[in-house]
Amino acid sequence: MAKEIVVISGKGGTGKTTLVGSFAHLASQKVMVDCDVDASDLHLLLNPRVREEHEFYGGSIASIDKEKCSECGFCESMCRFEGIKDFQVNSLNCEGCHFCYHLCPEGAIEMKEEMAAKWYLSETRHGPLIHGRMGIGAENSGKLVAALRRKSWELAREEGARYIISDGPPGIGCPVIASITGADLALIITEPSLSGLHDLERIADTSKHFRVPLLACINKYDLHEGKSQEVEDFCGKKDIKVAARIGFDPGVSASLVEGVPLTEYSQGRASREVKSLWQEILNNL
Amino acid sequence: MKVAVASGKGGTGKTTVAVNLANLIKEDYQVYLLDCDVEEPNAHLFLKPSFEKSYPHTVPVPQVNQDNCDYCGRCSEVCAFNALAILKKKILFYEHMCHSCGSCIYFCPREAMVEVPREIGLMEVGFYRGMGFVHGILNIGEAMAPPLIKEVKKYQDRAQVTVIDVPPGTSCPVVASLKNIDFCLIVTEATPFGLNDMDLLVQLLKELKVPYGVVLNRADLGDDGVEKFCKREKIPLLLKLPFDREIARLNAEGVSLIEEITWVREAFKDLWSGMKELMKFHG
Repeated sequence: MAKEIVVISGKGGTGKTTLVGSFAHLASQKVMVDCDVDASDLHLLLNPRVREEHEFYGGSIASIDKEKCSECGFCESMCRFEGIKDFQVNSLNCEGCHFCYHLCPEGAIEMKEEMAAKWYLSETRHGPLIHGRMGIGAENSGKLVAALRRKSWELAREEGARYIISDGPPGIGCPVIASITGADLALIITEPSLSGLHDLERIADTSKHFRVPLLACINKYDLHEGKSQEVEDFCGKKDIKVAARIGFDPGVSASLVEGVPLTEYSQGRASREVKSLWQEILNNL
Repeated sequence: MKVAVASGKGGTGKTTVAVNLANLIKEDYQVYLLDCDVEEPNAHLFLKPSFEKSYPHTVPVPQVNQDNCDYCGRCSEVCAFNALAILKKKILFYEHMCHSCGSCIYFCPREAMVEVPREIGLMEVGFYRGMGFVHGILNIGEAMAPPLIKEVKKYQDRAQVTVIDVPPGTSCPVVASLKNIDFCLIVTEATPFGLNDMDLLVQLLKELKVPYGVVLNRADLGDDGVEKFCKREKIPLLLKLPFDREIARLNAEGVSLIEEITWVREAFKDLWSGMKELMKFHG
């Protein structure tokens, strides 16, 4: 069975997508999946050609039939999400809980399935990519992540892939939990700063809570060697192996501008460090 | 005046901008800083406020009194989130699925359910040099951030100016953070990633009908995509900050930049007057 490796960070913007793009270039027999459905960027490095397009219905939104509505205001008074005001539904506030639908004495409320996202199975020059895009302000990103992962498992089985490489979202909440639960390995990428360290602590605790095996790496470690040491000390204490220290390298931004994975774009120091990180991951699976 | 600092993409410098902006504004106005990134709150690391009040935040969830329950299944039927399941002589409640809508309680025909509080995070309220500071810390393993964000947002009308640090992304936690604000400062970086995610945020802000302007961070690491986009879409580019190792070092240590680097202080002054002009704020 394919091994699923998910790259997460807690703090955003520490280099998750740069790593996943490079792993896509370095690994053989793999499937990629972009679980950062809020702000997905992996497609900008892999230049996908869409093979299948799917619609994702995450939940439903109340809708009031003006003809039937007697304007009694019961729905508005009972809704806990300020989803209804003056007999009109505020679709950004509506939680999709159906309470008003069940309550309405006139049967004037209908729940309409909301297309929360589109998701795709694409071909890239480095193999298949499963990716999606949440509707603006849409809910249920965790459910979409679960759907993307299911597809990646299915595809990995069909293609006999050895690895599933997943680009995770920032934070520690719903889409993160949906991304890491049951994965074979979570790689945390952090940076040497107070924020990076603080966020590392919370994502490490979250990963341990869901019993996901962990590796860590420090990006731009040389921007603050003292803080890098603190990150290493923390990892040591928590028994998390630090698999790489990647130096600050302007080549990284340049590779993003070119839209090419770092390891494909450059042979510079960050690129070499990412290559040895991938080897280290394989040794730890 | 309520100003949010958001980005779409993570790690572009939201918290740095929010903290330095609040520090500058507080010299002339009464200010509250709200950190709505309850999954990974960081603003306190830069301000080290003294907290005067801290309390657990709870959400109401159902509790079943098995004595009154006849396992009719009505609660499970009305729950849209599959948080309740009925076995023969047992009700299973999955608390992490519950959205606290109150539907099950209301529709239980035997009044066998009551609402009890369930803790999802910690609220902390305090001060830093006269500035009010509020944040929420979501409990580890907790999936839903918006209820805690709503609690933090309750403090947004307490001062002349409120600065709100918004989590990354564009989904429900961001929407909750951007409710009822006057202006949004978009912090982005000069890479195609920064542009892509900023574009998503702009679409959301248009839908919310919130005016916005842009801070371009690490403007010299990348390309001119963001600047071209701002020009084409007529979005005010209020501040450009270059990549600077000294800024990176001070930031890593949680030091306020405007107090250490004169040109950064001047840059933030320009930013604030640009924002005031856009918001027509002369208070």
